[in-house]
Amino acid sequence: MSEMLRVENITKKYQAKNGEIEALKPIHFAIQEGEFVSLIGPSGCGKSTLLSIIAGLEPKNSGEIFIGGEKVQGISPKIGYMLQKDSLLEWRTIWNNVTFGLEIRGIKTKENEAYVEELLKKYKISEFKDKYPSQLSGGMRQRVALIRTLAVKPNILLLDEAFSALDYQTRIMVTKDIYHILKNENKTVLMVTHDISEAISMSDRIIVLTSRPASVKKIHTIDFKMQDRDPLNCRQSPLFSEYFNTLWKELEVHE
Amino acid sequence: MNKENVSQERKTYLRKIKNRKRKILLTQIAIVILFIALWEILADYGIIDSFIMSQPSRIWHTLLDLSSNDLLRHLGITCLETIIGFLSGTILGILIAILLWWSDFLSKVSEPFLVVLNSLPKVALGPVIIIWVGAGMPAIIVMALSISLIVTILENLNGFLGTDKEKIKMAKTFGASKFQILTKIVIPSNISTFINSLKVNIGLSLVGVISGEFLVSKGGLGYLIVYGGQVFQLDLVMTSVLILGIVAAIMYESVVLLEKRILKKIK
Repeated sequence: MSEMLRVENITKKYQAKNGEIEALKPIHFAIQEGEFVSLIGPSGCGKSTLLSIIAGLEPKNSGEIFIGGEKVQGISPKIGYMLQKDSLLEWRTIWNNVTFGLEIRGIKTKENEAYVEELLKKYKISEFKDKYPSQLSGGMRQRVALIRTLAVKPNILLLDEAFSALDYQTRIMVTKDIYHILKNENKTVLMVTHDISEAISMSDRIIVLTSRPASVKKIHTIDFKMQDRDPLNCRQSPLFSEYFNTLWKELEVHE
Repeated sequence: MNKENVSQERKTYLRKIKNRKRKILLTQIAIVILFIALWEILADYGIIDSFIMSQPSRIWHTLLDLSSNDLLRHLGITCLETIIGFLSGTILGILIAILLWWSDFLSKVSEPFLVVLNSLPKVALGPVIIIWVGAGMPAIIVMALSISLIVTILENLNGFLGTDKEKIKMAKTFGASKFQILTKIVIPSNISTFINSLKVNIGLSLVGVISGEFLVSKGGLGYLIVYGGQVFQLDLVMTSVLILGIVAAIMYESVVLLEKRILKKIK
């Protein structure tokens, strides 16, 4: 396994009218290829900010980001980003939605289209190709959004609370669905979530951040010691509640 | 649905809806007929003075007598001016709104000016416009333009700024340029905003044209109304108002028709 993402000494300060807010203290960590890593932390600690910085959507004050050993600046084509809402464009067909990224980057070639076509077939969306987003269920829409992200062949995927807009039942099913697709495509993933159980059920490692200004508090390795791991059967493992309790205490949720 | 499968309750329900619709339409028609009849009869019996109130039958005669009072020509002038004012106001307004969306600085700078211009009654500018562009059709078109332009800018800018931030962020994650965000996210998101400003503008342009014609013109329905009033020919005034109402309704309905077409196309 080689290193896919390295975050080195990233800091972030916000300038507001009434003063300066330190959002991130120097943060560093690294993610290996094919790993699924979650970022959790108390609400408002700046975990989404960190993700935005890695994606190049927000400027940082200092520090470096390396992907596959190469330093990146700004929005990198090596990064795929999935947001909380599926943000499908309702005036476009599913096909025109999943090829949106290719279109924006000007790489809508025969080759890339064939790749998307293959993804659609593999994940059973082909038949909806000419439908519009409003005709799809919430879970399906999220799957389409994922394929839109995968279409540009990113090396690493960033999931920003990607499931929290869904209702509980759909959410459980979608996490399972997306997990399988990501593992199947052997993607490296960094996910931000506020849901401890979601993080445990999907991740290989969990990075716990402190409250603001955020820094890395601890990194946990999650190992359920089972083959055919899946977010659903993880939840049934006795190890699950152990991990949950440890992480819960770590987040120091004081009322 | 299969006819035999329709339950009795469903049938009653459907009949109820149909009946209600018919009732509403019948009442509406009855009101119009009653109004016209009452007007005619009261005028006939001299209870209201048909010299200052006119009379349906006299309006009808004026209408039939199209050629002698040049009604058609005046109608044509008003329509032409309205359409030019409407199109230029809408297109220019949307273009300026795009410009202001593009530059946050420009938009902030122009904000107080837009607010003042928006609340200023544009008719007050009439004399100035006449002096600047001359007393003729251009003045009337400028008047129509000035009434619809600011509202178009404000409404469209508002729509643009209200575009779903998540969608814009999504496009940004793919490295979209500002121009791509404009053409692929902001504009398609705001189709309904565009249609709305069409609807509002058609009415506003007509207001602009008529008030312009009141002030300057030698032709048009506005001119006929003023002229008719001055020579106490109330039949002419009422006929012009009636035609104006019909024209306004037709123009509005054509925008609605266009809206349906577009919405059908983009679903």
